[in-house]
Amino acid sequence: MVKRLLFIVPALLFLALVVYFFVALQPGHDPQTLPSAMVGRPVPSFDLPGPPAPPNYAGPPVKLGFTNRDMLGRVVLVNFFASWCVPCRVEHPVLMGLGPAANVPVVGIAYKDKAADAVGFLNEYGNPYVAIALDQTGRTGIDFGVYGVPETYVVDKRGIIRLRHVGPLTAESVAREILPLVRVLSAQPQ
Amino acid sequence: MALASVLSLRSRRSRRLEGRTVIRRRILLAASFVVLALPAFAVEPSEMLKNPALEARARAVGQELRCLVCQNESIDESHADLAHDLRVLLRQRIAAGDTDQQAIDFIVRRYGDFVLLKPPVEPATWLLWFGPAVLLVLGAAGAFIFVRRRNAGAREPPPLTPAERQRLDALLREPN
Repeated sequence: MVKRLLFIVPALLFLALVVYFFVALQPGHDPQTLPSAMVGRPVPSFDLPGPPAPPNYAGPPVKLGFTNRDMLGRVVLVNFFASWCVPCRVEHPVLMGLGPAANVPVVGIAYKDKAADAVGFLNEYGNPYVAIALDQTGRTGIDFGVYGVPETYVVDKRGIIRLRHVGPLTAESVAREILPLVRVLSAQPQ
Repeated sequence: MALASVLSLRSRRSRRLEGRTVIRRRILLAASFVVLALPAFAVEPSEMLKNPALEARARAVGQELRCLVCQNESIDESHADLAHDLRVLLRQRIAAGDTDQQAIDFIVRRYGDFVLLKPPVEPATWLLWFGPAVLLVLGAAGAFIFVRRRNAGAREPPPLTPAERQRLDALLREPN
């Protein structure tokens, strides 16, 4: 019996390793993505200024500068972006389509960007945000646990961070993880 | 002509001597590069705290914290922008009177245990901390058992029976 175990145990360990490698090598699995320490915790408090003028883009008025308290009472997506960030340009069309389709407000925090550059970026590619703020020192980003733009956070009605998405949003990630969560959270009472 | 040859003689000799000094100097220089090479740190003078004791603490804490951009470097070594920001933040906390642990906790609250280059010992990290030791013990036990069994199997063969002895003698006597 012991002898048989001697053969079975290594085989089982090997099988476990194979399963792990199989999962870890799937296309969607990025070992660099870190679990967020902030999921399940309140949005850090911040009070950020906005750019002096809104982007000249037709649409509803945009709030310039906001605080964490402004987001209470609604499910909100917080998107950290920057004009100097190439993946942000990749995800921008996804953000542009997101707000109206999902009926969820998206607020933008320009991470370590100049006001003129951030607005210029939105003038060129369109403005998906209902509110824009500037985090020029990157300190609010650190409080969120941001380690590279773009990052997107789903915040519930009570101001609790429910999901963090690292890297550019794609149509697929929006449909698979963001929108279902937004629907669930929107249905919850305050 | 004569003068020129004398000159060239002298210069050849002095050149040889000079060459030796140059080589010696180069060897010394190379040796000094090797001896004086220190690990390059990314901390910039503008970031440093004025108080050397606090700065030394900030350096020590910074070496324990992982840079999230270059994930195999500490924030003390990394030139990433975020590492710079975290170094400055760390120094602000320490200058404001945080203990080392409080300063570390401040960053861990934002980025999680992942920023600790030395992860805490807890059930989720037991495999990481004790796995190698367990493997070593298992391997040593396996090797011990294997060697003992092999030695037990390699005991002296039983002595030959008279019949075997006779057959052997007959074989040895055979002419080849």
